[in-house]
Amino acid sequence: MSQWVRRGIQTGIKTTAYPKRQETAAGVSPGLPIGGDYPARTIAELIERCPTQALSEIDRRLVVDYRRCVHCSRCRNDPAMAVVWQQGYEWAGLAAGGEQPELPGNEFRHSVNILVVDAGDCGACLHEVKQLNNPYYNMHRLGFFITPTPRQADVLLVVGPGSDQMRVALQKAYEAMPTPKRVVAVGTCALSGSVFGPSFVSAGGIGQILPVDIEIPGQPPPPLAILHGLLAVVGRKAPVALTSPELPVIPKERV
Amino acid sequence: MNLAELEKEITRSWPAGVKIQGGGDPRFLLIEPDIGLLRDLCGWLFTVASLPFCGTIAEEGAEEWELRHIFYGVKGGGWVQVMARRPLAVNTFPSISTMVHAASWQEREIEDLFGLTFEGHPLLGDFVLHNDVWQEGVEPMRHRFNARTPVAGRRPDPDWRPRRIVQAPGSFIMPIGPVFAGANESVHLELETVGEDVIRAFSRLFYKYRGVEKIAEGRSAQDVLLLAERFSATTAFAHALAFCQAVENICAVEVPVRAAVLRIFIAELERFRHHVGAISAICESTALAVAASQTAILEEDLLRLSGALAGHRYLFGLAALGGMTQDLDNKACRDALRKCQEVLRRLEGLEEMLRFSSSFLDRLEEVGFISTAEARNHSLVGPLARASGVVHDLRKIQPYSGYERFSFETPKEREGDGYARLRILFEESRQSVQLMEQVVAALEPGSVEVPVRLRAGAALGWAEAPRGAAFHWLRLGEDGRVARYRINPPSFINWHGFHLSVENFAFQDLPIILATLDLSVAENDR
Repeated sequence: MSQWVRRGIQTGIKTTAYPKRQETAAGVSPGLPIGGDYPARTIAELIERCPTQALSEIDRRLVVDYRRCVHCSRCRNDPAMAVVWQQGYEWAGLAAGGEQPELPGNEFRHSVNILVVDAGDCGACLHEVKQLNNPYYNMHRLGFFITPTPRQADVLLVVGPGSDQMRVALQKAYEAMPTPKRVVAVGTCALSGSVFGPSFVSAGGIGQILPVDIEIPGQPPPPLAILHGLLAVVGRKAPVALTSPELPVIPKERV
Repeated sequence: MNLAELEKEITRSWPAGVKIQGGGDPRFLLIEPDIGLLRDLCGWLFTVASLPFCGTIAEEGAEEWELRHIFYGVKGGGWVQVMARRPLAVNTFPSISTMVHAASWQEREIEDLFGLTFEGHPLLGDFVLHNDVWQEGVEPMRHRFNARTPVAGRRPDPDWRPRRIVQAPGSFIMPIGPVFAGANESVHLELETVGEDVIRAFSRLFYKYRGVEKIAEGRSAQDVLLLAERFSATTAFAHALAFCQAVENICAVEVPVRAAVLRIFIAELERFRHHVGAISAICESTALAVAASQTAILEEDLLRLSGALAGHRYLFGLAALGGMTQDLDNKACRDALRKCQEVLRRLEGLEEMLRFSSSFLDRLEEVGFISTAEARNHSLVGPLARASGVVHDLRKIQPYSGYERFSFETPKEREGDGYARLRILFEESRQSVQLMEQVVAALEPGSVEVPVRLRAGAALGWAEAPRGAAFHWLRLGEDGRVARYRINPPSFINWHGFHLSVENFAFQDLPIILATLDLSVAENDR
């Protein structure tokens, strides 16, 4: 077995410098569209193209609701009227009614145990959550651990739109967690239902089932975005706006 | 035997009561037996003619039920479609699963979602819609059912209990899931045991049922492509491709050569990335930490490569009806290929080390065994079937997107254990990179998208997804919107055979067996 030890040491350190420094490697994030000033006709056409109503027009500016964007790229494929996309990943925002995380010194300042519940996820968000354990992201160094039992969990991480048959299991898991506890909704499905919900078997997001504190947009959010969300839920990073440009009030859900 | 010979054979063996329809797509042999002969004819195709079973499509027509049982045409390629019709008022069909075991789950699903009864089927009800959440008789796939709003007036069965088969003294059911151990997909497993070994395994799936086939109805083909891509995102491109090909088959669209070649490039990139991830999961299940980390590094490298090349780590938004949404630069493809070759080189180094790690091999060898006969009986697909000696590779038997232009091997093993499945994953990774090399050499300038004029019709689209054969059957209405959409994903076919690999093995082997089977719940549940 010594060969494995040798191989491990030879590989060196792969881990990202985030959150101390920003990660700049290519391909760590799919990006999100940036709203703002565009010609009126372009705005109308783009809104028409968006399949999930993530785009809207407020005060003659294009507003992107990140909780609805599914990275379909329809707003950037046509060079004649393309929206500029940002390549960042610090996307996690405070949910409406979510608890404002206090600055360091709160009850989550030590290591945090996370229970992951899959409520109808397509596999991508869950896969990105798993990537947090790989050497590139290694969330253990930041004090985050995945736990198999709700009794030990401080944070409930939910992926998927909230499928009907997972509703009971999800609620039971939440109730079994000791207080204080936080809920993080991961991915566009968990925030708005995405292309799946609301429907006869899916909720329109986890917020309709549980009180969500932090929302992480993206389909799927890349591992660094999930890391940002975890840091935000324990108050070690500030949450950001869930719309672009930032709006004082998040627009109501459209039907 | 090719389709023409098969047709002769059918006319000889079934002189009366079986209609064979000529014309149309030469890749399809359309048979319509009298309803009384349906079971025997399907049984004959499955056992005597040895055609593997592929799937069932049910459709609620204007006046009658239409049921299509589809079989592979094996050696000569093509498909055999057995059609059965009943008036809407008579909602029973003879079950073929007593003769064709592989059809068992297909019929259970149809019974649960359409409310059709299959005479002679031994186990119906409580499948997709769980009886402890829904009452019987909801039938969401019927046209009259409204998919937009939650179902009011639920009357779940409060007395629902798992079925117990093992009656030996001291036997009990070990329940696992739906929320279990770390970050896993939601599935409930009931393992019946008297102590150490699993005597009977029962998987309760569909906790993640999102009704994709139902909510697709009435949407535009463009928007259903988003569903096809997103219902199982770890193999997103393969499913998007199968869906696009179904639309292209309906509309008789020929995809430009460059787009077809790029599709192969992306599909093989996805297969390579998926297989590296699956290998990583196997290493992790055996607690071989360094190997798990090393392979996870390679997987992340490929995810980043996909993100940098195509703008999305899981290759969303690339496939388009009639081609590709974006043209990838030749140089970018060459660079991506070089990185894949580098990843493969490192993967092969690890493979060599794994082959001599006895503690690792001990956990895989002769564990989770599936025999060739059982793999045939369940018509399993993908790497899992190939490890048991059943090779169905749609890229070979019914090539699409121009796979016939390139040379590659489909690996085959006989043992059917966990180690055989691991070897298949390594070999397929090699073949994928080798295919990508040929594809990059064959890239010619040209357009990547042709306009698609949607028209009414129905067609089957297929693709060899990383987990096996994926079938997307689509009917477009007069308005170009989706009237019926049926996905038959590889994981649905393979979960049917899951119990085979677990029974008679010890509990502690379960995580390892699950990792080597590489079954996706999202892909199954839809």
